[in-house]
Amino acid sequence: MEPVRQVSGRMAPLDRADVDTDQIIPKQFLKRIERTGYGPFLFYDWRAEGDFVLDRPEYQGASVLLAGANFGCGSSREHAPWALRDAGFKAIIAPSFADIFRGNCFKTGLLPVTLPDGQVRHLIDLVSEEPTAAITVDLEAQEVRGDGFAYRFEIDQFARDCLLNGLDEIALVERHASDIDGYESRRVAWLPVVR
Amino acid sequence: MAKTLARKLWDTHIVRSAEGEPDLLYVDLHLIHEVTSPQAFEGLRLSGRRVRRPDLTVATMDHNVPTRGGVRAADELSRKQMEVLAENCKQEGIPLYQIGSSRQGIVHVIGPELGLTQPGLLIVCGDSHTSTHGAFGALAFGIGTSEVELVLATQCLPQKLGGNFAVTVDGELPIGVTAKDVVLGVIARTGTSGGQGHLVEYRGSTIRGLSMEGRMTICNMSIEWGAKAGMVAPDDTTFAYLEGRPHAPKGAAWEAALDDWRSLPTDDGAIFDHEMTIDARRLEPHVTWGTNPGQVVPVTGRVPSPRSETDERALRYMDLKPGVAVSDIAIDRVFIGSCTNARLEDLRAAALVIEGHKVHPKVRAMVVPGSTSVKRAAENEGLDLIFKAAGFEWRNAGCSMCLGMNPDILAPGERCASTSNRNFEGRQGSGGRTHLMSPPMAAAAAITGHLVDVREML
Ligand code: SF4
Repeated sequence: MEPVRQVSGRMAPLDRADVDTDQIIPKQFLKRIERTGYGPFLFYDWRAEGDFVLDRPEYQGASVLLAGANFGCGSSREHAPWALRDAGFKAIIAPSFADIFRGNCFKTGLLPVTLPDGQVRHLIDLVSEEPTAAITVDLEAQEVRGDGFAYRFEIDQFARDCLLNGLDEIALVERHASDIDGYESRRVAWLPVVR
Repeated sequence: MAKTLARKLWDTHIVRSAEGEPDLLYVDLHLIHEVTSPQAFEGLRLSGRRVRRPDLTVATMDHNVPTRGGVRAADELSRKQMEVLAENCKQEGIPLYQIGSSRQGIVHVIGPELGLTQPGLLIVCGDSHTSTHGAFGALAFGIGTSEVELVLATQCLPQKLGGNFAVTVDGELPIGVTAKDVVLGVIARTGTSGGQGHLVEYRGSTIRGLSMEGRMTICNMSIEWGAKAGMVAPDDTTFAYLEGRPHAPKGAAWEAALDDWRSLPTDDGAIFDHEMTIDARRLEPHVTWGTNPGQVVPVTGRVPSPRSETDERALRYMDLKPGVAVSDIAIDRVFIGSCTNARLEDLRAAALVIEGHKVHPKVRAMVVPGSTSVKRAAENEGLDLIFKAAGFEWRNAGCSMCLGMNPDILAPGERCASTSNRNFEGRQGSGGRTHLMSPPMAAAAAITGHLVDVREML
């Protein structure tokens, strides 16, 4: 995986809470067998309604998505972060994320940043008034900053290391092959096998 | 030290634990299906890896299978996705319950039926409702596709221990109030993210009194209030359900397993990070009015006034006005199905309400059994005849209109009484409107043509 150190660019505001993965990428697009090609279908139903905020000209090319609480709830589909990545987003800032979605983001190299309500509100107000406002999400410094503000964020340290160094998680786990062998040799005999 | 069930499950699965890193946990059972696995197998192939434990991995086809007899695939892309799964399973030696097989069904229904879901196991699947399996006293949660690939390759998963949450439900459930109403009642109190990342244990006399089916319904919807996993301590009800199932331990192994399983329940004095108590005697049948499962009220209630932009949007989408009595909401469709409520007990409960009645002439209603085994068992009891006589469509097993990846979908603007778990915008079809409820409540709505308190009909 490509290392992720910092994301700099413009923001796009999606001022809604409880945005679920069914909205991010509706089910009719889950029949692909690839990891790419989902970008055009991001928020498909909301865009079809017309005047969807992410389609406004001023937010084209944004790389940081601002959203409400509990972003990414619902289905575990990793297609959701894939679609966000495909559409050019590299970081998402929200007051909270659903668990599985946050994990999927890390695996996809999409940076999920949790900031308190008030700070997210400030960013949403900022970009609503000033769509070209620049922002930097600095994973190394654990800081979101722009003109006149700098907000520190907390993030899981292990996930941070993996992103900063572009570590392949499978290779990381494989380094512990002897621990896995050892565990397997201790498993009791009556545990179920599928055959 | 006194330990919770969740903590015991966690500790027994630690392969490796190191300061500053997530624990590396061992996966006892990995369930896969056609939608979230193709990219994982592709990733394995590209990196020259193989599946480490095909003997601990099992596959089914459920999300996009057609539920009308005589069709092999819903469409060309679905056919491709199923073919790819079949090919991947063949290459890696993974057993597959494919469409047409006598045991095919929704992944969270067949695991328990086969006796693969057992107490004490760590179970994962690329599907958020994996929490269902926690009903057996297993640690079970959903994962993403990259994690599916990781588990296929290593049979392990790095995880950080989440907080502990006890939900204690005591008292006898009133007539007409079901396990579904217990969990909707929990969500009504917590909202959609109140359980964020927690390992939830459902306890108390109400839970003990539930069948395995009821416990599964509750654990299933843990994800709807943000929990990572839901679980119930194993007891005699659990053991009775499992005994004799195809993959349950037999003979001496059964006795050894029982000894182990009896040691799992939370020790007296163990501490939970959060606790919530619910008085079952005061619960009513619940119905969602909005577009997330937290937007829920008792059926005797009214559509509430919006308290946020999200609520306002939900009201617009659902075409509802605040103050409207829930029982005045007319419906077009009824869906009895999904991994939440399509087991034999659910179908029995719905049939009991339906028997001797007709589906309202303006309503189109369908039953989609959770598995081919459930379908067979229901037919052996004649439940299919009751449904068909009333005017229900009787379908083959699959996820169907729970998420609408096959032709079973709502038309834009159609309103559905559904026993599934998600009422998100467009979940059951673009522009479709979903009201979540229990099987008896959905059955009652099918007869009257509007949302209705099933207790008036019992
Ligand atoms: S029935 Fe619905 S919730 Fe359950 S696995 Fe299928 S799609 Fe997911």
